[in-house]
This record gives sequence, C-alpha cells and structure tokens, in this order.
Amino acid sequence: MKTDITLTVNGDAVREAVEPRTSLADLLRDNLQLTGTHLGCEMGACGACLVMLDGAPVHACLVLAVQASGHKVETIEGLNESGLIKDLQERFHDRNALQCGFCTNGMLMSAQALLSENPMPSRPEIREALSGNYCRCTGYESIVDAISATAKMRSGQTGEVS
Amino acid sequence: MIPSKNHIGQSHRRKNALRHLAGRGRFVTDLALPRMVHAAFVRSPMAKGNIVELDVSEAAVASGVVRVFTAETLNHSCVPWTGTLDHFAGMQSGAQNMLASSEVLWVGHPVVMILAHSRAEAEDACELVMLDIEDEDAVVDGDAALVKGTPLAAEGINSNMCFQTLLETPDLDDAFARAAHVVEGKFTFGRHTAVTLEPRAIVADFDPSTGQLDVHHGTQTPYQFQDVYARHFGLSEGRVRVIAPDIGGSFGMKLHVYHEEMAAVAASLMLGRPVRFVADRLESFVSDIHARDHRVTARMALDAEGGILAMDVDDMTQIGAFSSYPRTSVAEGNQVIRLMGAPYQMPDYRGRLSVVFQNKVQTSQYRAVGHPIACAVTEALVDRAAELLDLDPFEIRRRNLLADDAYPHVSATGYQFEKLSHQASLDKLHQMMGYEALRAEQTALRKQGIYRGIGIAPFVEITNPGASFYGVGGARISAQDGAVIRLTPAGDVHCAISVTEQGQGTETIIAQIVADQLGVTPDQVKVTTGDTDNTPSGGATWACRGAGIGGETALRAGRKLQMQILTLAGEILQADQQHLALASGAVVDKTTGQERITLAEIGRIATYRPDTLPKGSDNSLTAAQHFAPTGYPFDFTNGIQASHVEVDIETGVTRLLKHWVVEDCGRIINPLLVDEQIRGGVVQGLGPAVFEECLYDDMGQMTNASLADYLVPMAGEMPDIEIAHIETPTLDTILGAKGVGEAGTAAAGAAAMNAVNDALRPLGARISQTPMTPLRILTALGHV
Repeated sequence: MKTDITLTVNGDAVREAVEPRTSLADLLRDNLQLTGTHLGCEMGACGACLVMLDGAPVHACLVLAVQASGHKVETIEGLNESGLIKDLQERFHDRNALQCGFCTNGMLMSAQALLSENPMPSRPEIREALSGNYCRCTGYESIVDAISATAKMRSGQTGEVS
Repeated sequence: MIPSKNHIGQSHRRKNALRHLAGRGRFVTDLALPRMVHAAFVRSPMAKGNIVELDVSEAAVASGVVRVFTAETLNHSCVPWTGTLDHFAGMQSGAQNMLASSEVLWVGHPVVMILAHSRAEAEDACELVMLDIEDEDAVVDGDAALVKGTPLAAEGINSNMCFQTLLETPDLDDAFARAAHVVEGKFTFGRHTAVTLEPRAIVADFDPSTGQLDVHHGTQTPYQFQDVYARHFGLSEGRVRVIAPDIGGSFGMKLHVYHEEMAAVAASLMLGRPVRFVADRLESFVSDIHARDHRVTARMALDAEGGILAMDVDDMTQIGAFSSYPRTSVAEGNQVIRLMGAPYQMPDYRGRLSVVFQNKVQTSQYRAVGHPIACAVTEALVDRAAELLDLDPFEIRRRNLLADDAYPHVSATGYQFEKLSHQASLDKLHQMMGYEALRAEQTALRKQGIYRGIGIAPFVEITNPGASFYGVGGARISAQDGAVIRLTPAGDVHCAISVTEQGQGTETIIAQIVADQLGVTPDQVKVTTGDTDNTPSGGATWACRGAGIGGETALRAGRKLQMQILTLAGEILQADQQHLALASGAVVDKTTGQERITLAEIGRIATYRPDTLPKGSDNSLTAAQHFAPTGYPFDFTNGIQASHVEVDIETGVTRLLKHWVVEDCGRIINPLLVDEQIRGGVVQGLGPAVFEECLYDDMGQMTNASLADYLVPMAGEMPDIEIAHIETPTLDTILGAKGVGEAGTAAAGAAAMNAVNDALRPLGARISQTPMTPLRILTALGHV
C-alpha cells in the first residue's frame, strides 16, 4: 500500500508514491537517484546519511519518507550546487580532509550546521560537533583543521591552519 | 637523463576528492542496473550445529521474490575454495563453498540466498524460511580447542590446529642462561574488525548472450577477483571483467573471498541478470573478516647494561572455522613471530606460532598484518626492562636500536634490512615531543592525583613485497604491476595502471610521477585504475605496495614513452635526440631549454599526418611497462611513535592527549598524502587499543555486532597527531619510495599501552590486554 507524498528536494517539487516503511534515505537514493547521501549503518550511528530537513541536519536513515512530506530537504547535491558550502569544500580539498569519501557528505552537513550556530568553534567544540560522524580513513584531524580554517575565513581571519 | 620536473615530493591535492566533495562519488552501492535483483541471506543463528530441516517453499512464493537458492541448488556451480598455501608447511583448512549444506560453523554462516526485486522484499522472505538446526557444542576458545577430545571446529581437518611453526636461533637457550635480567609477560589482543564505512558491495552482471561476466565489486584487488571468478566458475579469464569504482574504505578487509560475493556471481550466472549484494551493518559484523585475536606469552633476556640478548615468544591466534582464501589466515601470525624485536640488535630468538580453528568469523589480513601485536609485545617488554634497570625508556632504546650505519642487517628472525634510521628517528622524536618538559609535567601532576603517561614504540613496517610473499606458495596473487601510458593526439597524457585507489591518493601520486617523466603537470595526466578491461594486470593494493611498486612501474613506463617521444621528435626535427628533452609540455633543447616542438604538435603529426614522417618512423606514442621488485624480498620502513595519555583512576577511562610519529618511508612522493595515511593509520591502531573489540559469549554468539554497540574511534576521543619524517630511499628502485599505509597502525597501540602503563606505574598496576577498557584498567588497579 503506497502513500503519496510531496516535498521539496534541493528546491525541486517532488511527488512520489512510497511504502510507509520507506526511509527518507531510500527515497533520496533509490527513487530520486541522489546517491551523494550514503548509508553506513541504518541506525543513526555513523552520520553518512545526514541531510538537511528544513535547514537542520537529520539522519535520513531514521526519518521515514512520509515524515518528510510537506517539508524541505537539502542533500549534498543541492548544497553543492547552491554554492553555500564552496569555501568548506575548498578547505576540505586543501587539507585532504577525506580519503574514501563515503563519510564526506555527512561531515559537510555537520560542519555547516555547526558553523551556522557557532561561527568560531574551538577545536574541542568541532570534535564534539562531529561526535555522530564516523570516519575510518582520516583520523579526523584534517577534518577538524578544514572546519577550523573555514570558520576563520568566514569570520575574516586568515585560514592558516596552525 | 632528463632531470626531474619536481612534482615528485610536492603536496598536490587529490583531484578525485572533488567528486566526493560534490556528492558525486561512484560507489558500487550507488549502482542500479536494468533488471537487477537484490540478495539477502538467511544466516545461522548459532555457532555450530547440523541442519535438520530447511524449507524455503513459503519464501519462494513471497511477494517480490525472484529466486531462492540453497546449498543444493547453488553450490554445484562453484569449485570449492581452500585457504592453504604451500610455503606454510603442514597447514590445513576445510574446503568452503557458498552456502552451508549440512553443518553451520559460525553465527552468521549463510544458509539460504533469496533474490527479490528489492532488498526489503528479500529480507521479508528470509523471515519465511523454516530452518531447524540441531545445536552442537561450539569450539569457542583457542586454548580449549587444542585440548584432546575437543570436537573439530569444521569438517575436512584432522585437528583444530591450522598451522604451527617454530623459528629458533641455535644460541637461544644459552642467551637466556647467561642473561643478567629476564622480563616476561602474558598478553591478550582482542578481535576487532575493519568497519569500512561503505560495507562490502557487489553487483554481478552476467550476459548469457555473449558469455560476458561483469562484476562491479568494492575491492582493492580487481585482478585477483578476475582470476578467482574465472577459475571457480569455469569461465575464461577474458570473459570476466572486474570493475572497482570508488571504494568506501578497504584496509585489507576487501581483498578476501567471501561467501556472499561468490553467491551473487553464481546467481547472476544462473539467472542471466544483475545481482546486487550489499552487506548491511549487522551482517558486516558477522561476515567481514575479523582481525588479530592473539594470546602471547613472551620473555626477553638482557645483559647487565640493558642490552637485549634474546626474545622467546609463543603466539596462539584464533582464526575461525576456516583459513581465509586466497591469502590464508596464517600470514598474520607468521608476521607476528617474525617482527618481534625487529628494531633491535637482538642476536637470538625463538618464536612459536599456533594458528587455531574455532567456531567464529574468520580472521585474516587487515591493515598492518601482525605488526601491532609484535610491536606491542616487544615494546612492553622493553619498558619492563627499563623499569627493572631504572633506565629511561629513551635510553634503553638508544642502547639497543640498530645503529644507522649497521646496514645491511639480517634480523634474528631472518628479515633483511637494506637501510633504516632508528637512531635518528629516536632523536627526532625526543626533540619533537618535548620529552623532558612532558616528564616534568607528569611529575607535577601526579602530586595533584592526575595520572598521565608517556609511551614510545619504535617499529619496522613490511612494504613492497616481492613474489616470496604469496606467489611462491602457489597463490595466484600478482607481485608485479603494469602501466600503459599514452600521449593523446592533443598532447595530453593518459596512464592506465594496475594499482588501485581507495582514497589514499594512488591516482594523484601516479600523475605526479608520470608528469615528471614527460615534462608536463600532473593536471595533464589522467589516471585510470580499477578496471581489469582497461588497465594492465597487476597486484593492486595490499601490503603497502602502491607507491613503491606501482610508482616505480609508472616511472619506468613514463621513461619508456619519453624515449619514444624524443625519438619521434628527433626524426621530425631532424635533430639528434640526445640533445632534446621534455619540459613544459614540449620537446626542448636540452642545453638551452628552448622549445622545439610541442607535445600537442607531435600528437597531431603522429595521429593525423603520419604520412609526413620520415620513412620508417615509428609513430607509436603508447608505452607499456611491467615491474616486479627484484632486490630485497621486502623494502622495510621504520619509525617511532609516542603516545601521551591521562588515566582517570576512579573511572578507568583513558584520555588520549597527543600522539607523535617519526616515519621513514624512503622517498616521499606527496607529503600531504603521506601524513594523512599516517594519521588515519594511527587512529586505526588506537581504536583497537582503547575501544574496538568483537565480543563473544561462551556459546560463540557475537554480543556487540552493531555500530551502536561496537565502539569505533570518533573525533572527540582521538588526539591530534604530530608527524616528522626522515627519508632513506631504497636503492632497489629508481624512485626510491617505500610504503607508508600501515606504519601508523603498526605502533600506535603499542605506544598507547606503554603510555597507560606509565601512568599506572606509581600505583603498582599494569595492563597487558587490548582494548584497554575502563573495566580492565580498574581491574588492573584492583578497584573491581
């Protein structure tokens, strides 16, 4: 038994018929082919599936597609095209703050959410804000560096990584 | 010779990282093919038992189900696999096939495969399978497994001992007899697992009309799997293509043969349509290989001045019901006993290894195979000796580390070292970490009841293995790599190479190396990896060989193409090619540097106007080159790590404050990428030292098999990691690069354990088990 839902995804109006059990992550990946949102644990522990729901990061694996009906969703594809996180992406690139790239979507979501609430986070605050984002490749330090450098540049200081 | 254009040695950023940052990764988990079906498995819920009833009739007619396979209907299509190698004399393992036929041998052993239009429907149908298993006593503990009368862990073996070996120098007993001091310890290293963020994933796509099998496979070794699929399914190798696109983490875990991937291929061959299997996280924990799981008893003999005379080591390691295929589950233990004491002038040694079957998930090679165990045992004993002799940990190592001018050197376990830099590394670490100030701070804080500890651990790392690693044992695992480089008609460069990319930066460093040979920038070099149809055959990624062997392959291929371009340019220009060189995208006069003809113009003439070339000119602008190491059996690297910790003696919680690494991987191709390999490696060493463990109960049930229960290192718990380098290039190659991917993992846990014990020392407590959980620390302190 499918349910009709309507939502806005990356600015586009989307209308889909989904089973009640379909997660937002599966809707994005399978129905809409927005594969930049990844699945790492399907229980809200790893952060690979983070998307913005009405501007706040949520685990797309824990939100049902029907719950997103009537709301605005932004995925990495949308954020990328908006240009909003260009500086963050550039600092990640400079600092090699990703290796396999599977966690990167979630890291960018958490970083963007953190910087919008706390424009000048300390390193421990950045590490705390990433407490729900698992990365097996980098060891995290380069990610902390990249977010810290973005914060400094956004607030008009230099982006030099100390 | 053309001088280097100096891209080698520069911190070039990874171009392929841009795709990931834009959400444009291309992972196997993202792939959807027309008519694709999804696989789910019914797995054994118990560690050992006999299947007495299996009824799939209800599942077969469930909504969305396309086909249900059992051992009876699937296994006949695949030649069983056995994980033994000839050079591990006397080793044994039962043969494996895709689905359990009569016996189940670990919790998670696949019994039924269900294919449906969606994974959800396949999982629903799994619930409808009637599987009745008669429970048997599982072999859970390795020591108990060896007791006479204990049941066998699997069929096809004559005891639970998979492999035993002994290394011994003639004077070992004498060394202990004349020792002034002997220190000893018993150590336990827990099981852990890779937890790659992208789980194992495969889409097998057989086209019956052409007989072509394409396998999109998240693996680090596509050629190995091309060979495996061809041989085990009776296909010609030329009809098997393995494509490894972006891989969401691998670390050794994704180069083993797994039941589920073989079943996906088998099902695609039978159905003639694409079959997708992606492990969910719960099944990853009970089917991805696990790592380590050692119990080690060790002693070390020293003279009166603290000089190490010998080590005597006994390692018992527990590997599950089968030895893994095709690399076996023995390489880990084999490296543990051979790496003991490796950084030191230690003349005598005895190492015993027992590799034992039990009814758990298979263990096998994972990042830094064997290294963390050998390093932790050796360095714990060195610290105990320092304590006994009242020597500073730096001083006892200064007295014992191999001198930097003492090479070549052969270790007591038979490893040949070309040239290492232990003493210089030790000095550099001492300076970098501000050792004296840390000690002063430690003393001051202890008076306030704050217990901080400092631990150091030198290491060697095995890199650039030759054919002696697997090939001589009969494994069809390539020790060589291949590259094809071409100049395109527009004057760009394309390199197809057999080493693969998992985010470590393989494609970036290959572009840097090729660029320097051809006088272009790395941006002008496109690198293709991970496709058996479009790159030459080679070993790909394992044992830290991408830079050292893959890089040398690219360098030699680049030089071959350089000669072809210069020869053709000489003919076009009617100039002596000896006076020509490549620079800035052109052929230049070697002496003046003046441009003579651009690469684009050479490409144009060779491609579109070969009629204008002098008679007899060869217009080939493609060069192929393969390379296998022929010098030392391995290029060893070395380094030293330090860990600074604080132990809360009330809660037993360890806080990792800081970590330092001095590393010598020979010639550094890209400092940015090398440092990030080390950092990631360190954290993969710290995780199992402090958090990670696959916990089993005494029935053989894994009790923490989810990402909510299994603790992986997260950002908040990991320290900043400071890194310094010494460069001692290998002279075995032109490039001089050694490997670096496993160095961080090799010694991080050893340094952390020494640091925790340094913190606990004034309280008379000591821990010899990883992970060093709060409970284990409180137990060591006598608080529980």
